[in-house]
Amino acid sequence: MPHHPAPLTVAGPPAGRPPDGDRRAAPPKSPSRGPRARRRRETATAWGFVAPAVVVILGLSVLPVIWSLLLSFQANDLVTPSRWVGLDNYRALAADPHFAQAVRNTLLYTVLYVPLSLVGGLGLALALNRRIRLVGLYRTLIFVPFVVSATAQGVLFSFILDPEFGAANSLLTRLGLTPQGFLTDPAQALPVLVAVTLWSGVGFCVVVYLAALQDVPQSLIEAARLDGAGRRHILRHVTLPALTPVTVFLVLWQIIESLQVFDLVYVTTKGGPLGSTTVIVYFIWEQAFKSFTAGYGAAAAYVLALALGVTGLAMRLVRGRAGRKPGSTRRSRTARRTGAPPPHTPGRPATAAGTEGAAR
Amino acid sequence: MTLTRPGPRTASPTTSPAPATAPAPDGKRRGFLPFSGWHLLLAPLALLFAIPLVWLLLSSVMSDAEINRFPPALWPSGIDLGGYRYVLGNALFPRWFTNSLIVSAVAVTTNLLFGALGGYAFARMRFAGSKALLVLMLATMAVPFQLTMIPTFMVMKRLGLIDTLGALVLPSLVTPFAVFLLRQFFLSLPRELEEAAWLDGCSRMRVLFTIVLPLSRPALSTVAVLTFLTTWNDLTWPLIAINHDTHYTLQLGLTTFQGQHHTRWSAVMAGNVLTVLPVLLAFLGAQKSFIRSLTSTGLKG
Repeated sequence: MPHHPAPLTVAGPPAGRPPDGDRRAAPPKSPSRGPRARRRRETATAWGFVAPAVVVILGLSVLPVIWSLLLSFQANDLVTPSRWVGLDNYRALAADPHFAQAVRNTLLYTVLYVPLSLVGGLGLALALNRRIRLVGLYRTLIFVPFVVSATAQGVLFSFILDPEFGAANSLLTRLGLTPQGFLTDPAQALPVLVAVTLWSGVGFCVVVYLAALQDVPQSLIEAARLDGAGRRHILRHVTLPALTPVTVFLVLWQIIESLQVFDLVYVTTKGGPLGSTTVIVYFIWEQAFKSFTAGYGAAAAYVLALALGVTGLAMRLVRGRAGRKPGSTRRSRTARRTGAPPPHTPGRPATAAGTEGAAR
Repeated sequence: MTLTRPGPRTASPTTSPAPATAPAPDGKRRGFLPFSGWHLLLAPLALLFAIPLVWLLLSSVMSDAEINRFPPALWPSGIDLGGYRYVLGNALFPRWFTNSLIVSAVAVTTNLLFGALGGYAFARMRFAGSKALLVLMLATMAVPFQLTMIPTFMVMKRLGLIDTLGALVLPSLVTPFAVFLLRQFFLSLPRELEEAAWLDGCSRMRVLFTIVLPLSRPALSTVAVLTFLTTWNDLTWPLIAINHDTHYTLQLGLTTFQGQHHTRWSAVMAGNVLTVLPVLLAFLGAQKSFIRSLTSTGLKG
């Protein structure tokens, strides 16, 4: 309460207020104790307010993070007391071919999924970013799979892609093509999982890109058009640079999502066939809750967390630079141009040099 | 390229962007088709995204005989509700539905309540330790679940909650996301509204519940919808925390159901429809606020 500014902003004759304000502003009866007691009371109330959140977050986030670190230096089977083994878990991980395979699979999944979802999302967003009839329906249809749980997706697609009873192979046979193994084929399973995730995940990129496209200043596009830039030039030199921060965010987001993929794998392939879809989180889950080597699983989880942390940090750096460099310089250049509309010089190419010359 | 739209450029030296009188805004060609050419691209694409869900619905009303012949039928010959009857007659499926509903309802309620309390304290009250606490809270948002799941399992085991719905409810009582999102929203509200009530002697709690929360419906609905979506759709944690099938959630039940009834695809798909339907309805009902919330949290993150 003491930090509240006096209600100077209240306009008009403050009929009943001055006494209150006086009581608040002037605690002369107890000059040293008044505000302090009040502050203490305020702190108590505030802690009461945040207590549930603090308990849950400390107990189920901060404590487990530390516990996990300790676990990763122990051998633990979730039942008997654990034993300290130092760095053995990490050493074993480095030598474990199954973990290496899980890392490879996860990286392959990420390398396939992230660029495809971004390019697809951007393309769809650009196509959807216009006022035509039914565009709302198109947007809804493309986004709806995003709310479908990974479990439901997994069950649905293991049905559609079932080699014997699935609609996909039925369609292929009708078209005279060879039926495929899909999720039962070690060479196809991982790309098929990427495709399923694209079906549900592209909608997110579309929605984020669409929102960002609304924010591209119309004046920039108009200015570029006045300078004679074609649609492709506007896309390359105005729209895409303006989308850079969003793209960086999406890259980060999608990398984090794909490094953590688990539910879909559990529901469809359980890591198979022949370990071709064993991803890192599946490996962690298997170690901790199937083989009951919790310490080993915790060590793998820490490796994953480290990778996620590094990704986040790297992206933060890139974003910091991207925010300052190409996008903003171009923007300021164009802004300068719109600020002082160039004299009518039709046919002047919209190159950076040309506009700069004109602005000066 | 440089030849596009020479007309408006010379005709409008003023800065008014894309006037309504422009013959072809957006550069689309008129007269070639009775509708925009973009439909030719967008309609098939949208259909491609819709087909799996359409197929889900269709196969849930097919008979198993239709599904199990080779090659399977691509269109049901009639509506057969055998799958739904089997699923709803199966004693466990309604149970799983109820379990999911309980867990989600509790999570939504507590996230709104504790999120609002915490968010308000961080937004409006200055108290000892608030800054450090806020930083800690933000930091935990970046902690991946995989890092905490093993010790969380051990905590739950010590609390005797493993294999009960309590184990599912407790970790989702309140998320730092709910606290932070509501804090940001409260900060955007004008202080003057609260100050008047404040000076009339209302307590913090009353100000929060009678003045702030009624103004915060957009943010509250964001928290509610996203909390419902994540708890309803979660599989990993129920898979770890629950053993006995009477305590399964719908997602966990659906996967095991699929494993056990491999030949009754119509029943599996009927169960799948029932699993997807609640989130689908929630999404279609709150589509606008849902998308706004996704993008706003996304762009700030």
